[in-house]
Amino acid sequence: MLKILKYSFFDLMRSRWSYVYFAFYLLLGVVLLFLNNDLSKAVITLMNVIIVLVPLIGTIFGVMYYYNSKEFTELLLAQPLKRSSIFLGQYLGVALSLSMSLILGLGIPFVFYGLFKSNAIWDFSLLLITGSFLTLIFTALAFNIALSNENKIKGFGYAILLWLFLAVIYDGLFLMTLILFEDYPLDKLSLIGTMLNPIDLSRTLILLKLDISALLGYTGAIFKQFFGTSFGLIVSFIMLIVWVVLPVLRIMFKSKRKDF
Amino acid sequence: MVNIENLHKKFGKNEVLKGVDLSIKDGGIFAVLGPNGSGKTTLIKSVLGMVIPDQGTINVQGKNIKKNPNYRHQIDYLPQIANFPSNLKVKELIRMIKDLRKITNEDERLIELFKLQPFLDKKLGNLSGGTKQKVNLVLTFMFDSPLIILDEPTTGLDPISLIRLKELIQVEKAKGKTILITSHIMSFVEEVSDEIVFILEGKIYFKGTISELKTKTNQPDFEHAIASILLENHA
Repeated sequence: MLKILKYSFFDLMRSRWSYVYFAFYLLLGVVLLFLNNDLSKAVITLMNVIIVLVPLIGTIFGVMYYYNSKEFTELLLAQPLKRSSIFLGQYLGVALSLSMSLILGLGIPFVFYGLFKSNAIWDFSLLLITGSFLTLIFTALAFNIALSNENKIKGFGYAILLWLFLAVIYDGLFLMTLILFEDYPLDKLSLIGTMLNPIDLSRTLILLKLDISALLGYTGAIFKQFFGTSFGLIVSFIMLIVWVVLPVLRIMFKSKRKDF
Repeated sequence: MVNIENLHKKFGKNEVLKGVDLSIKDGGIFAVLGPNGSGKTTLIKSVLGMVIPDQGTINVQGKNIKKNPNYRHQIDYLPQIANFPSNLKVKELIRMIKDLRKITNEDERLIELFKLQPFLDKKLGNLSGGTKQKVNLVLTFMFDSPLIILDEPTTGLDPISLIRLKELIQVEKAKGKTILITSHIMSFVEEVSDEIVFILEGKIYFKGTISELKTKTNQPDFEHAIASILLENHA
């Protein structure tokens, strides 16, 4: 698996897109720092961008890489290699190179701005950790979609729909249920609802860490009670890990049964 | 060498293999023939583990191939259409496959044989079909495995390379290897193969030598013998 990972990783590192992605984050980091003139504020703005953009890039890159490397995959399948290691290697190659672009692209300007001397360092690291988690999650979901769809156009369509659903539609539905059932106690429901969507989970996690939960009213207080504690933090990270592990397991399961 | 029992495979509603029983002994050249869509490639890909059969067992060198990818160390496979990652150079591809399988020095001799030196630094996406097929042949023959599977090996080759390929196949045969070939070029099959396996509509229709086939169909030459099988079954 490590050899496949190595080849996929270097293949991506040589491609133009990793550089574009890296350069984009570099630019974003520099511009935000320049405009905000303050580390913590830049982190908040950055969160809003990352929470939507990272899943989108992860999904599109994952689907694109899978379909583009079909030939490479077929070549590997005839070699004495385990199927699960071929696909896991490719998946990790994509996810790790994307995470690296994110971490380096944002990390470099922040470090130069004096990140290590400020107290925003924990918020910033949390941002990068959740960003990497989102990359791992959405690349895995994209691989799942691509494995189940021979047709490229369909695969791309489903991938975009999935992103749209989790990034936008889910929140709308969530809000509507909250309004519909406003006569009932909703703290538990909204907690569970947040847990079930990795994008919402990451957003809440960062918001509460940034200590602006006072803006969120009563529900915010309940959330703070839960996510603010170390118990809540651990549960949230476990949920993020589950979100990575489940799609990865399905990649292994699906790839074992597929005909090429 | 290879034992296949009661192999079934469906793609959706399309039943491609309907109970194939085949045993191939050690040593010799076997040609797998059949009309388009008869299931030749599916059969070969099942042996390679790229297609997962719905039913039936496949043994390679006495071992069931399920859940054991290591048997593929015993197989050299030449895929039908040479699809390679187009942004890799020929040299890099050869180095990568060696890294993934095992170290060998055979590639130098094969590159020399097929005169591939001028192409080593070119990207695979820029090569012509015939040159890609030569790269494909180098990748297949550079490992010294006891079973060689060639799916349409003659595609796109010029006459000189074709002669070299035939020689190469005979050399491998002389080492006692088992070679499975599919091809639509009947003259090529007649020239190289010891035995033929004819697949028709997902079943083995005939297995034996070419002279046996001629006697069975009452035809004087191989090409007509094959044609008569096809005519009989489609009339």
